[in-house]
Amino acid sequence: MTAYEKLKAARASRRPTGAAYVEELFDSCIELHGDRRFGDDAAIVGGIGMLGDTPVTYIAIDRGTDIHSRMAKNFGCPKPEGYRKGLRLMKQAEKFGRPIICLVDTQGAFCGADAEERGQGEAIAENIMEMMDLHVPVISIIIGEGGSGGALALASANRVYMLENAVYSVISPEGCASILWKDSARVADAAEVLHITAADMKQYGIAEEIIAEDFRNFPAMCASLRTTLERDLAQMAELSPDQLQQTRYERFRKFGIFREA
Amino acid sequence: MPMLESLIDKIKTAVAPSPIACTACRTEFPAKQMKKALMVCPSCGQHLRMDARARIEATVDAGSFGELFSDLKSEDFFHFPGYADKLEKAEKLTGEQEAVVCGTALIGGNPCVLFVMDAQFIMASMGSVVGEKITRTFEYAAEHGLPVIGFTASGGARMQEGIVSLMQMAKVSGAVKQHSNAGNLYVTVLCDPTTGGVTASFAMQGDILIAEPGALIGFAGRRVVEQTTKTALPQNFQRAEFLLEHGFIDCIVPRAELPETLARLLRMHKKPATDIA
Repeated sequence: MTAYEKLKAARASRRPTGAAYVEELFDSCIELHGDRRFGDDAAIVGGIGMLGDTPVTYIAIDRGTDIHSRMAKNFGCPKPEGYRKGLRLMKQAEKFGRPIICLVDTQGAFCGADAEERGQGEAIAENIMEMMDLHVPVISIIIGEGGSGGALALASANRVYMLENAVYSVISPEGCASILWKDSARVADAAEVLHITAADMKQYGIAEEIIAEDFRNFPAMCASLRTTLERDLAQMAELSPDQLQQTRYERFRKFGIFREA
Repeated sequence: MPMLESLIDKIKTAVAPSPIACTACRTEFPAKQMKKALMVCPSCGQHLRMDARARIEATVDAGSFGELFSDLKSEDFFHFPGYADKLEKAEKLTGEQEAVVCGTALIGGNPCVLFVMDAQFIMASMGSVVGEKITRTFEYAAEHGLPVIGFTASGGARMQEGIVSLMQMAKVSGAVKQHSNAGNLYVTVLCDPTTGGVTASFAMQGDILIAEPGALIGFAGRRVVEQTTKTALPQNFQRAEFLLEHGFIDCIVPRAELPETLARLLRMHKKPATDIA
């Protein structure tokens, strides 16, 4: 598949959304709402659930499955209150020593006037900075689209997984095409030059794991994903809280390609 | 003789720098006068964009700046259309190797580490080098127990470096946090324009956020917001004054008063001398 075909697959309307993964991966889920400051963003679903025998905090961006839920969820474009809810739940997880699992699927953070007014940039900045400082294990899974800063705000993790056809990009290929060639129709070319596929992420160390997709056997696919999560959490359980924070920093510290005279 | 005179005139105009027009009121001023006024329009007070070296000169104690990490150069590792050419042109235009200049300095006698972004260099977008230099700035400052003063101006992440540029946001944020956890001060001065991934990371992570008057500060571009919202936006949307009104910055300080404000902040955050006895 080309990068553009993968982009289309990642955006396909019948692809499972964040909430579907939450339901399959975790048991006894209790959803927790609100950022305690302004409101509750339905684009982000968060709460506590059991991953096997381990209580975890889950935070999932959810696009919705029909027109009504998609509108309510803003098509999976979180607002500042969504990111702030996520951060609140992450801090709560840290207090109780719970691992955090994030499921990321967004074209990007919402670009409306209200989001700007309430500090979209500040909300994302705060999430990234605080995630870099968490003393519990954090695993982020890009299940569809990983759209720029709006995705990174839930993906500054110890480990990142990419679904086989998920994409992760600094800018939407449409945006890139319109800047580069003044032609948003050249999406396929832009998708290629941006390097957005799971294989690209693995190659550049941005993601540790590629998860095979099998949506026809979704429960079996999630069972296998659960095994991978449990394996990684068991490994991270060997690390001290400080080591978890430090190794996350080291993970990101090495990103950058440049020459030094 | 008239020929010679016209030749002399031609040489004079060629040598004299062309006047600078205010981006707001369009009044033209001789370059020398504009630069002396710190690129603040003498007529309407508009704060024009300023290159990194001029800003450093206008901010720090004379002769106190010692540049750091100047030997880092960007690479076109994705062979991205037009990137190599863009880098070359930006280098020629600015005389800088990249979009941020870092170093140690004194402001009103107070030691600090500075980073200054230069919007003339590919809109000071953040690629590997910008991310790495700012990360090193925080690491250096943390190691030496020094405050960081950061002048931000940026179009956001550098698309030409793809996902690697996005990762710089987390890399720098991690370094900011480690510097902060050690009890060190970080002041950001938000300059025109601070947008995208830079707003959504280190620009908003300062202990104290100062903005220049009228500076554009936001996450999404105005046009994108207009298309999304489909309503008319207020005149001062995403301007420093708008952010102050909504509680997202601490204060707006005119350029001419910045050195004194920064000096006062640095003085008030001075750590007590460590007890060596």
